[in-house]
Amino acid sequence: MHEYAVTEGLIKMALAEATKAGASKITEIKLVIGDLSTIIDESVQMYFDIMSEGTIAHGAKLVFRRIPAEFCCKDCGLKYNKPKTGFDCPSCGGMGMPTGVGREFYMESMDVE
Amino acid sequence: MLERAPTAEYKRSVFMEIKVMKNILEANDKLAEENRALFNKRSITAVNVMASPGSGKTSIILKIIAGLGREMGIGVIEGDIASSIDAETIDKLGIPVVQINTGGGCHLDANMIQTAIKDLPIKDNSLLFIENVGNLVCPSAFDIGETLKMVIASVPEGHDKPFKYTSMFETADVIILNKMDLMPYIDFDRDSFYKGIKALNSKAPVFEISCRTGAGVDEFLKWLRNIAWRK
Repeated sequence: MHEYAVTEGLIKMALAEATKAGASKITEIKLVIGDLSTIIDESVQMYFDIMSEGTIAHGAKLVFRRIPAEFCCKDCGLKYNKPKTGFDCPSCGGMGMPTGVGREFYMESMDVE
Repeated sequence: MLERAPTAEYKRSVFMEIKVMKNILEANDKLAEENRALFNKRSITAVNVMASPGSGKTSIILKIIAGLGREMGIGVIEGDIASSIDAETIDKLGIPVVQINTGGGCHLDANMIQTAIKDLPIKDNSLLFIENVGNLVCPSAFDIGETLKMVIASVPEGHDKPFKYTSMFETADVIILNKMDLMPYIDFDRDSFYKGIKALNSKAPVFEISCRTGAGVDEFLKWLRNIAWRK
């Protein structure tokens, strides 16, 4: 829902990194986004295309590596991806708690020219 | 005809991969840390108040002002998409208040708070309430440098909120269940609500209150008073 603000930060960071590397064009940006992060890939790309106009980032492709939200069962210790409904363990029905995997939100790398 | 050596041209079109490994919200997080340092230095307990629209954020702030306003300094930063209705209500009580209008933005960020705090005549050792935009999604992603995150749910919203907005309930330091007076009229499955909270967040205390009747408010204020004085 807050893709505009996220994209703004993303472009600033990409431009700063590209300048540091002496690049003249950014062709691809790889992002790692956990499923708990509540942002939509297509929406970020849309804002990116609009907001990057006139910069060396314009035209760059955003590649999203999605990380599923992982839960761990308090009773049997099983690790599993968050079920569609509830948090319960699919194996024993015990209480599942988030492990932290799925909260990733970073820029991994960029391809530049 | 001589063929031109592709040296310079070639070099310019060389592909290169740059490793970055940086949090996308790094700029915000840096400002949030500055805010946090300022709050610490001035012994201000900054409370980020987050909830859906209409869950009772302003009503709870008003209850806190009524209950603790005489014994400690209180300031308020009001975040809204538009309007200054809430800020005006608080201003009438003689409490320092600054209004932030996000102009459509779905959350407050650290930069907005850094600007607002400069305009807020708040004393050291005070309680500062930052009323975020009514939204259970985006505000949870933006650190504003708060001392604690207070999340309000209300009975009419339904018991499924922790399951739908995991991040909000997972990161809360205190959770309030408001509008308890409506419990007899609404199919609110208390067990399910608490099951969701327990799975996500075993640390945050939950206070059941009703701003309308005042039930449970004193117990919550007692907890808040302890937090504010402990600093």
